[in-house]
Amino acid sequence: MTVRSDLPKIVSGRWDIADAHTLDGYLRTGGYEGLRRALAMQPAEVVDIVTGATVQGRGGAGFPAGNKWHFLDTAAFPHWIVVNGDESEPGTHKDRTLMERDPHQLIEGSLIAAYACKASQVFLYVRGEMAFAQERIAAALNEAYANNYVGKNILGTDWSVDITLHWGAGAYIVGDETALLESLEGKRGMPRPKPPYFPAVMGLYMNPTIVNNVETLSNLPWIMVNGAEAFAAIGSVKSNGTRLIAVSGHVKQPGTYEVECGVVTFREVFYDPSLGGGIRDDNDLKAFIPGGGSAPWFFEEHLDMPLDPTVVGPAGSMLGSGAIVAMDSTTDMVKACWRLVKFYARESCGKCTPCREGTSWLELILERIIKGHGRPEDIGLLLDIGDNISPGPFPGPNVTPGEPAYAPFPYKKTTICDLGPSVVSPLMSALRRFPDEFDAYIARNPRKLIEVASA
Amino acid sequence: MARLSAHNLVTAQAIIARYPKPRSALVPLCHLAQEQDGYLAEDAMQHVAELIGCTAAQVYGTASFYEMFKLHPTGKYLVGVCTNISCMLSGAFELLEHCERSLGVPVGGTTPDGMFTLEEVECSAACTVAPAVQVNYRYEESVTPESFDTLVAQLRAGTRDDIPPHGVLATVRQTPTDRWANTGKTGEHAP
Ligand SMILES: Cc1cc2nc3c(=O)[nH]c(=O)nc-3n(C[C@H](O)[C@H](O)[C@H](O)COP(=O)(O)O)c2cc1C
Ligand code: SF4
Repeated sequence: MTVRSDLPKIVSGRWDIADAHTLDGYLRTGGYEGLRRALAMQPAEVVDIVTGATVQGRGGAGFPAGNKWHFLDTAAFPHWIVVNGDESEPGTHKDRTLMERDPHQLIEGSLIAAYACKASQVFLYVRGEMAFAQERIAAALNEAYANNYVGKNILGTDWSVDITLHWGAGAYIVGDETALLESLEGKRGMPRPKPPYFPAVMGLYMNPTIVNNVETLSNLPWIMVNGAEAFAAIGSVKSNGTRLIAVSGHVKQPGTYEVECGVVTFREVFYDPSLGGGIRDDNDLKAFIPGGGSAPWFFEEHLDMPLDPTVVGPAGSMLGSGAIVAMDSTTDMVKACWRLVKFYARESCGKCTPCREGTSWLELILERIIKGHGRPEDIGLLLDIGDNISPGPFPGPNVTPGEPAYAPFPYKKTTICDLGPSVVSPLMSALRRFPDEFDAYIARNPRKLIEVASA
Repeated sequence: MARLSAHNLVTAQAIIARYPKPRSALVPLCHLAQEQDGYLAEDAMQHVAELIGCTAAQVYGTASFYEMFKLHPTGKYLVGVCTNISCMLSGAFELLEHCERSLGVPVGGTTPDGMFTLEEVECSAACTVAPAVQVNYRYEESVTPESFDTLVAQLRAGTRDDIPPHGVLATVRQTPTDRWANTGKTGEHAP
């Protein structure tokens, strides 16, 4: 059993404390101690500590926070920190809880990042639909300003920084960091091509910018208090610390859990009594999504794999945003695939043709298959559209268990951002593993050739 | 309907001052206008354009990209039923059908009394308490047909003070405090 009961709760430690969102509650539980420690050091030392702790980005790409900060030209003025609180990847339910239940922890983490990176200002971008999280953060910010944790001469030092709370207005694509910056500039949230628009070089207003996820930054106060070694001692060699996973779908105990990085296996996630607690009605597991709607699906043979990107990536998928969705034996895989495809069709920003057209074609074709009007040639058409968006062998586990993956993660793309290829994940996963379910739908097509009598 | 009121204009100026460039305030100001009128009116977009120094077409072009800005009046309560994967696996489509029957309108429709607009929405980050419904962006978790009907009855009876009318998002705002960094002064940031 690798689920540790003595695991320190690094980011979710205050979730059960009723007043943790207030300054009093936060200070009583050790709040802002990490900031004090950081302010007693030079910014470069803080960067070193965070780099030493290897906080892999929790927003999806998994790039370590400290290393990312090294790309920043801190001499350039101005430069910015942007907090990505736009959580909307299907299945992901963690950043919202962090913002609602422990807003000061996020503010403190953002301040530590701002100090380390010598940022001119912090923008906290919260998803538009999260009214409660916005309220909690606004209230916490006001308290923090009033008590000199944010603003001018923070905690009596000569360091000052502002945090601006910004709300989105409903668009999944704004979660992509370059789209987030466009949105923050008051424009349509459409991604910028990378290269050349790497945020650390050309970000907000074309100034150097660091974009970090809410959970990534929420780790920083703990690291500053307990040190990089204590953080690195948790988890596996390459994946340090803990991470939040949202377990949903057909499990007995859906929930957001903090688990040890790289150690806990998917089997434990679904069956351990302290986590998922088993599959609904004790059914068999048919497939599961290991890291959000954009991740290729895994199956029973992957249950003993640890939640480690260095294992999951070569197997053809990703841990992404920590969203793990279980689908039991009763699940209609064509429908599950269609629903995810529909999501990407709806959220495509429309900038690149393969994505804008491809996602909605896929949706329409799948819809016609489900409604009983599928044609045998539709399968080839689906594959072809998918190949247009993500050419070559698409990542994903082999249908024959034990054989190597078709391709390791990440995917290739003909599009600007990763939303395009993301639509191919549910499509290829379902088509490769459950072709008979598609065939069964297509066989239901009542279409008959109409005989035309020749005169 | 209307341009921003004198009171909202003060709030708008405070919001604009929080950004290095006024255009960044576009989305927050559109939220403010929507809060005032319940939807994003043309005059309001014109006013926002004047405040941030761009054209009304740019405001419209941007606002229309975002799902939450409603360019036409909606019901007092916007009911968003999530049917994305986790909710779907927990019976969201059956729930959505029930909502349609219960409210008597199809997805996208508004009840004749102007109380409810029904929407099918994407993942609302409530996957572990699925199926989820948002009413004016306030969460109802693990919703059943029965709990949905109770909710509707409460809203009709006016007993849900925790859910403000459509347009009002967060009821707590960041208040202007002694801000300093946007002045563009160099050398005052970290050592
Ligand atoms: C389509 C798309 C959606 C994304 N959505 C989110 C999101 O909702 N939240 C998030 O933190 N990162 C999201 N990301 C990842 C960000 O681009 C970025 O990598 C991340 O915010 C960086 O923070 P981190 O290094 O701390 O993980 C998304 C990326 C793509 C391509
Ligand atoms: S891949 Fe899709 S969402 Fe991404 S930039 Fe292109 S059109 Fe927009």
